[in-house]
Amino acid sequence: MSSAYKLPQSKILKVAEQSPHLHWAMAPRVMRATGLTKSYRKGKVEIPVLKGVDFEVREGEFQAIVGTSGSGKSTLLHLLATLDQPDDGEIFFEGNRIDNLPAKSRDILRNRYIGIVFQFYHLLPELSALENVLMPLMIRYGFTKYMLGRRKNRRRAIELLDKVGLSHRLKHRPRELSGGEMQRVAIARALIADPQLLLADEPTGNLDRQAGDEIMEILRDLNREQGLTVVVVTHDDAIAEQADRTVHLVEGRVRTM
Amino acid sequence: MYKVLLSWRYLRSRYIALASIVSVTLGVATLIVVNSVMAGFTVEMHDRLHGILSDIVVRSHNLNGLPDSEWHMEEIRKVAGDEIVAMTATVSVPAMINFRDNIRGQWITQPINLIGIDATTYSDVSEFEQHLLHPLNRDQMEFLLRENDYGRGRKEKFPVAGWARRRVAAQWEQRNITDQVENGAVASNDAALITSPPFELVDDSQTPAELPALPDSIEELPALQGPLDNGPRGVGQQGSLPAVPFQTENAPQLTFDAATEQHTGIVLGISICSLRGRDVEGDLMDYYFALPGDDVKITFPNTGQPPKAVSDSFTIVDFYESEMSEYDSSFAFVPLSKLQNLRGMITAETGVASVSAIQIKLRAGADLDMVRDRLQARFPLQQFGYQIQTWRDMQGPLLSAVQLETTILNILLFLIIAVAGFGILATFFMIVVEKTRDVGILKSLGAPSRGVMSIFLGYGLSLGIAGSLAGLALGLLFVDQINVVASWIEKVTGQEVFDPTVYYFSEIPVVVNPLTCLWVVLGAVGIAVIASVLPARKAAKLHPVEALRYE
Ligand SMILES: Nc1ncnc2c1ncn2[C@@H]1O[C@H](COP(=O)(O)OP(=O)(O)OP(=O)(O)O)[C@@H](O)[C@H]1O
Ligand SMILES: [Mg+2]
Repeated sequence: MSSAYKLPQSKILKVAEQSPHLHWAMAPRVMRATGLTKSYRKGKVEIPVLKGVDFEVREGEFQAIVGTSGSGKSTLLHLLATLDQPDDGEIFFEGNRIDNLPAKSRDILRNRYIGIVFQFYHLLPELSALENVLMPLMIRYGFTKYMLGRRKNRRRAIELLDKVGLSHRLKHRPRELSGGEMQRVAIARALIADPQLLLADEPTGNLDRQAGDEIMEILRDLNREQGLTVVVVTHDDAIAEQADRTVHLVEGRVRTM
Repeated sequence: MYKVLLSWRYLRSRYIALASIVSVTLGVATLIVVNSVMAGFTVEMHDRLHGILSDIVVRSHNLNGLPDSEWHMEEIRKVAGDEIVAMTATVSVPAMINFRDNIRGQWITQPINLIGIDATTYSDVSEFEQHLLHPLNRDQMEFLLRENDYGRGRKEKFPVAGWARRRVAAQWEQRNITDQVENGAVASNDAALITSPPFELVDDSQTPAELPALPDSIEELPALQGPLDNGPRGVGQQGSLPAVPFQTENAPQLTFDAATEQHTGIVLGISICSLRGRDVEGDLMDYYFALPGDDVKITFPNTGQPPKAVSDSFTIVDFYESEMSEYDSSFAFVPLSKLQNLRGMITAETGVASVSAIQIKLRAGADLDMVRDRLQARFPLQQFGYQIQTWRDMQGPLLSAVQLETTILNILLFLIIAVAGFGILATFFMIVVEKTRDVGILKSLGAPSRGVMSIFLGYGLSLGIAGSLAGLALGLLFVDQINVVASWIEKVTGQEVFDPTVYYFSEIPVVVNPLTCLWVVLGAVGIAVIASVLPARKAAKLHPVEALRYE
């Protein structure tokens, strides 16, 4: 895995000042995919979901993927997150092809460079909010190494939970949290590894308008203040409007607008 | 790190899985209890058999014995002198015992194994004296009737016996005969004419340790001046056989006074003339047909050609209670020289006596088989025809039967634990299914398949350890309290768990072998881990996207 390439913060800010909605267009691509196809097989019938999708996201960009239900948004996101592999096509991350990497390398990629947020939060029910946030680090380090860096990691996790406004819920279990709170924990978890790219699959899909707005606010702040590259899958047009760029998925193909 | 954390959390949040491990726990506990009890039986039996049998026995196949025991002992000493602690010569011969059941007046005849022993040296090679009932006989056996006090220190109570009993019986007999003569009846041995003696022969509630309280009817009898332990001893002149003096310092008397004299002493296996059973209330009870102080007749073959039956009267001087029913119901011990005499085993000219076996006790830690082989080489079978056996050889079939039983039980119980393993397998599969989404989450966060697998393996391991340690504790507790538990079960069910009439053990013997415990625990843990391999692999192979979609 190539070392993280980061645009100097000052440069982004400079571009943003000049043209707040165009700065990403000049930034290097974080991820690029060409001709992605994916179909599911149900017995003898093959259901094509993606029929040749091209995709790119540039550094510091806040991109939205919209489409009707069943159009393949989640499928595309899973491919980009290397949770699944495309039937055809290529995916590049920071210039390196990643879709054909061995499972171990893809595990490391997900663990360190790509943060994922799901519609249903997907927290581990037996662990507290803090432990859930720390989980990617626990996975990354062995027992002794983790225990050695325990304090530092904890501090970082508390800092992140503080940032998403949950510093008073550290010891709570997921079932003791509201949907909005759980999604904040999930965001903090996605951020703990300092990823290059944050992929979010309908992060507000299960929340009411106010909680959803708060979550979107957090994501936009991350993008704006830290230059985090964010891809949000949604079918909420209001969210799509806030994005730098919106990709429309229609019947397994991309229609850029 | 996450593996440890998650295994631990799953363990704590899934108590149902502990239920599946209970079967392992119970299996382990049962295995430990069974092994301890079996080991207890084996050790107890080894001890007893060894105590009874001495280390090595050189036995003549001929009933008439091996001639000249002195020469044989010397030869044995030459071969293995440094290993030998003690030696004794014995004569054993099949015999019939004949005595009267003193309550019902019937004559009882039984086959016995009559053994002539030299009381002092015989106790050196075996634990003979320790199995006697009279405390003084346990120190020094002399084949003399004691005053009373038989069975002191014994768990079960023992009736009045010894001279105290013999005197009363003699008086009663005398009066009975007089009565019958006065009434014109002819004194006879006919059972129908004999009324009950004035005391009970069953184990009554008298404590032997107390002063022997004789039955009321004794007061009706004229006062007696019976011999005490050191009093005059008599030698009977019974039947047509010439009586052989047993105590040379006492001259034979013409008339035998049963109240003051005894015949040659005999020690009977306690089951020869007693029965253990239950009374009407179901309490354990011993019923004695005869007791120390009573006379018996013994019939056995002499060394003639063909052998002729010889019989003589003996006075029971003590009982032999080894708690091995086989021996207690057949062994009868008499003085060696007396038996040799009666059977004609002593050559008149030389005075050399033959014996049927030489029993040898070796020093502690001596190699029994090695000494046996050496003796075998000294006394080749073709030339001498002696059977030379260690005590293990003699009891081989019994010991190996117990061993086989233990092995089979172990196999069966391990199968039970294996069945429990399938229970764990099923439970774990359910837990993996239940945790499908968690597996998807972990994989989406970059957890490798092997890591996911080790979560569930670790889970199985910790469950196995928890279950088998709990089982170990339970088993050891049960073993420790087994006799309490047994008596409790008896009380609740009214059913004897451990019937002392059958086993001749008053308590269940247990021996805990730490190595066995270790193996049992390791085996159970192993089964729990093996049972978790398949579910863990299933978890590891889950596709992350499908796992995340799982509801
Ligand atoms: N494992 C699968 N087997 C068969 N078909 C599948 C599978 N997963 C997804 N599909 C199909 O693929 C299509 C796209 O699914 P996807 O979840 O990507 O839609 P989506 O755009 O995310 O919809 P939504 O907005 O409701 O989340 C759907 O028609 C779905 O039925
Ligand atoms: Mg979807």
